[in-house]
Amino acid sequence: MRFILNGEEREVRSAPLARLLDVLREECGLTGTKEGCGEGECGACTVLLDGAAVCSCLVPLAQTEGAVVTTIEGLGDDHPLQRAFMDEVGAQCGICTPGMILTALSLGPRPSPAKLRQGLAGNLCRCTGYEAIYRAIRAAT
Amino acid sequence: MRLTAVGHSVQRKDGIGKATGAARYADDLVYPGMLFGRTIRTTVPCGRVKGVALESDPSGFTVVDWRDIPGRNAVALLELDQPCLVEREIRHAAEPVLLLAHQSRDALLEAGVRLDEEPGVPVFDPEQSPRSFKDILIEKGDLKAGFAKADLILEGTYRTGAQEHVYIEPQGVIAVPESDGIAVYGSIQCPYYVHKALDVLLGCSGRHVRVVQTETGGGFGGKEEYPSMIACHAALLALKASRPVKLVYDRAEDMLATTRRHPSIVRHRSGVTRDGKLVAMDIEVILDGGAYVTLSPVVLSRGVIHASGPYRCPHVRIRGRAMFTNTPPSGAFRGFGAPQTQFAVEVHLERIAEALGVDPVRLRERNALRPGDLTATGQKMGSDCSARAVLREAVRRSGFRRKRKAVADSGRGVGLALYWHGSGFTGSGELQLASRATVETTPRGVRILSSSTEIGQGTRTMHAQIVAEALAIPYEDVEVAVPDTAVVPDSGPTVASRTCLIVGGILEQAARELRATLGDRSPGEHHRRNGPLAVTREYVQPEGIRWDEERYQGDAYATYAFGCDVAELTLDPETWEVRPAKLTVVVDVGKAIHPALAAGQVEGGAVQGIGWALLEDVVMRNGAMANAQLTNYLIPTSADTPPLDVTILELPFAGGPFGAKGLGELPIDGPAPALVNAVRSLGVDLRAIPALPEAVMEAACASS
Amino acid sequence: MLRDEQSLVPLAGATDLYVSLNAGTLEGRRFLNLWSLPSLRRIVLQGDTLSIGALATYSALITSRLVRARLPMLVQASRQVGGLQIQNRGTIGGNVANASPAGDTLPVLAAVDAIVVLGSADGERRVPFNGFYTGYRRTVRRPDELITAIEVPAVGGAQWFRKVGTRAAQAISKVVMAGVRGGAPRVALGSVAPVVLRLPGTEAALADGATIDEAVRTLETEIAPIDDLRSTAEYRRRVAGNLLRRFWADTAPA
Repeated sequence: MRFILNGEEREVRSAPLARLLDVLREECGLTGTKEGCGEGECGACTVLLDGAAVCSCLVPLAQTEGAVVTTIEGLGDDHPLQRAFMDEVGAQCGICTPGMILTALSLGPRPSPAKLRQGLAGNLCRCTGYEAIYRAIRAAT
Repeated sequence: MRLTAVGHSVQRKDGIGKATGAARYADDLVYPGMLFGRTIRTTVPCGRVKGVALESDPSGFTVVDWRDIPGRNAVALLELDQPCLVEREIRHAAEPVLLLAHQSRDALLEAGVRLDEEPGVPVFDPEQSPRSFKDILIEKGDLKAGFAKADLILEGTYRTGAQEHVYIEPQGVIAVPESDGIAVYGSIQCPYYVHKALDVLLGCSGRHVRVVQTETGGGFGGKEEYPSMIACHAALLALKASRPVKLVYDRAEDMLATTRRHPSIVRHRSGVTRDGKLVAMDIEVILDGGAYVTLSPVVLSRGVIHASGPYRCPHVRIRGRAMFTNTPPSGAFRGFGAPQTQFAVEVHLERIAEALGVDPVRLRERNALRPGDLTATGQKMGSDCSARAVLREAVRRSGFRRKRKAVADSGRGVGLALYWHGSGFTGSGELQLASRATVETTPRGVRILSSSTEIGQGTRTMHAQIVAEALAIPYEDVEVAVPDTAVVPDSGPTVASRTCLIVGGILEQAARELRATLGDRSPGEHHRRNGPLAVTREYVQPEGIRWDEERYQGDAYATYAFGCDVAELTLDPETWEVRPAKLTVVVDVGKAIHPALAAGQVEGGAVQGIGWALLEDVVMRNGAMANAQLTNYLIPTSADTPPLDVTILELPFAGGPFGAKGLGELPIDGPAPALVNAVRSLGVDLRAIPALPEAVMEAACASS
Repeated sequence: MLRDEQSLVPLAGATDLYVSLNAGTLEGRRFLNLWSLPSLRRIVLQGDTLSIGALATYSALITSRLVRARLPMLVQASRQVGGLQIQNRGTIGGNVANASPAGDTLPVLAAVDAIVVLGSADGERRVPFNGFYTGYRRTVRRPDELITAIEVPAVGGAQWFRKVGTRAAQAISKVVMAGVRGGAPRVALGSVAPVVLRLPGTEAALADGATIDEAVRTLETEIAPIDDLRSTAEYRRRVAGNLLRRFWADTAPA
């Protein structure tokens, strides 16, 4: 299977029904995408697939042929959202943060409070109560 | 003197790794030759195991049962009653019986195991249970005399349900055999608890044990005691296979098998005078402890001490019992008994206000503890008692009175709750822990060595701020060692709202002593010239603290933090869904060492309280959690979370580092009673949580 | 391919795949990947009929001008089907084929008398949506057929939709209702029976000028809600009645 991973063409050999999440974490060695539930409820495994936020725990590798995949590693280590999440304490324990940042990215520039509230509903956070996440996204977009 | 680090939202010591994907949590770690582990569990809630065996081709499998345990078949905690692996007697569903390891996760999951069980007759109702793990009695004054003075006597029974922690990172560890022993890396709040459990499990086999905390994706108490069980399992597999073993739970197994908040039944019988003065409180607390002791005695302890609320009453009796049932053991969860008992007292007080026709704010003002008042255990409140201050500010800020008057017109319920939370271990607990922490010099400054863990609440940062301030050196020059039992002293567990007050306090003392030794020299300079210098200090109980464990009398905690919540909500007329519209939170924590991290604790704790009150329902069927997936166990999403208006008051506590009290658990005590009292203001007689729509429907139809 | 290997399970957005696989409820082990078939994604107007490709995702439905104009209650349903990530992957064809009685789009399609277009090597056939389900999770789709499109005739009248769960953002509904108030009222309910239901008795009562109380009583005879992990029969029964009242009040002519 071949897809574009964080801007570079990548060929992987995992089975067609392997979850994209496992392919990223194991075969590609990118552990920034996290498993929180395995059922598409928590959003910790969110990646961008052709620009759209999806739960990588629900995507079979077979459906990624030729797709553009972006993981948290694709943002580097100095993206404004990353800095804002640490400075505004949008990340406490950090396990939901990669998925949260990618979903936030997919919402476009300066999302309204209502759009944020609805748009992030597929990314669970147990630490922050969400307020600081809104603060972080506002600070960075 | 102006503070340069403490009191400022300085850049966190975590770096940027959590936001870049670089931070390494347990499941991110890979070791050469690593095997995956799997736990085979009972399906019946009680009875006996008649046989268990791997039925697949055993090649490549490591199989462990209770006979492989070199030391004691127990997961050591307060007692040794909980087996690491079932020998024969089954006491709850999902109890571990057999362990498997294999290089291939697929082979592991496909392995067929035959488990023969002979079911017994389970006990599920704590009120029908034949056995209690702990009984506690608190008595103050003369209850009969108190009731004799009452103009009104009101009774009520209040219930709270279990709650799953739902840390977004499920539990897991990796055990790695080392030349002379075993190392366990994992998602752990209390490395020394795990260390002790491994010592007991492995016995006097001369094996060296080492426990290292990895970056941890949330704990909330759920990773206080249970990691010892997983570590014991992983270690047994790793030692037998002579290979590293990764044992990580998926969400379903985590919810099914690990601990959850103690369900509670609390009964109140109170006497008040016509003008709203509490004269007698008779309280009965029953907690469902599940199948083994684990931490139930301590949860009960905190629960009963907080059961009369932050109020003064001359005659009080509190009887608490933690009961055995054939369910997976209940365990530590943020609040630790206090959310349960304070739910009851705050809803009960609301009912008293309703019965007397008295304003709920006046009722609380009249009875709230003031400096000089005595608690139910006879502890005299000091000047750090801020009950009325938080009440006043919450009422003012939220416009409570005006909104309460307008309920009928607006259709918007409004309710409040006043609460408190003792910081540190109860009574003589801190003395027994005898925690230690070290500050040592490095070429560039100092390093903190403590077993306190960062689990998102800001431990690394907050400790570094305290040390930097006390040492009068730049915050940037302080680093924090990874909690590794081979390196750091035992600072006690990261629980009980003690990480700042107690361990931060010890570090402050160590830093001040180091400064005195250094004179004017910077620690880096001294290190480069004279070599390393380390100061280790141990917990010293503050002067004048007295606690009688037998009679449950005296100073239960060094200090209490206080809070008051005002909840506003609407009730959907068609579906009885409770929709929180706003939560106003006012807390006094003495001093917010890092204001942004402190606000984060308050906001996060409040939302966890909202979930417990309105959404989170553990459905048990035949002693096992039937809804062990996030599709059916619901925690608040961003769409469910109302705007939070948080105010942090800082009324300093002289006995805490820079005036700080404890903070981590306080915020979860308030939302549930505030929300239920808001529902009550709409005329619905609700006395239990979770206030699911189905339950509200029943209460609403009964009330009308 | 489906004709030749009849045990192939068509796979679209896969939002239910691993959940069913892990729960052991998925019967197949071999899948036919449909994800990259652009012809099955198109949303077009054919005369007065809205034709929605089976592979249209919920996100596509939400942003489609045609769907927003002609079937706004489908947009509402799509917004509430789950988080953004599910909306980006779940498809209308998947929702229909999965045949869960709680499927969020199903009452909408039932209320508008939609048509399921089934394609196979032998050609195409059209089945009324309200004849598509034969029992709990059972459909008339033959193993060699694929759902290729859902066709929606012009909807005359006000549209109404409500999904009820414990939480604001909720995966699985406890009660879900769609209604159309035009000439003759049409009402459909999910999560109150083994299949999505139209309510002919209730519709007739309303059309004949019965009081809303009478209509609610009729509704209660037409549904069979159960107690399960998520809710109770009693709650579903009461809420379904309340939703009918709300539908009727909300769509009353001004």
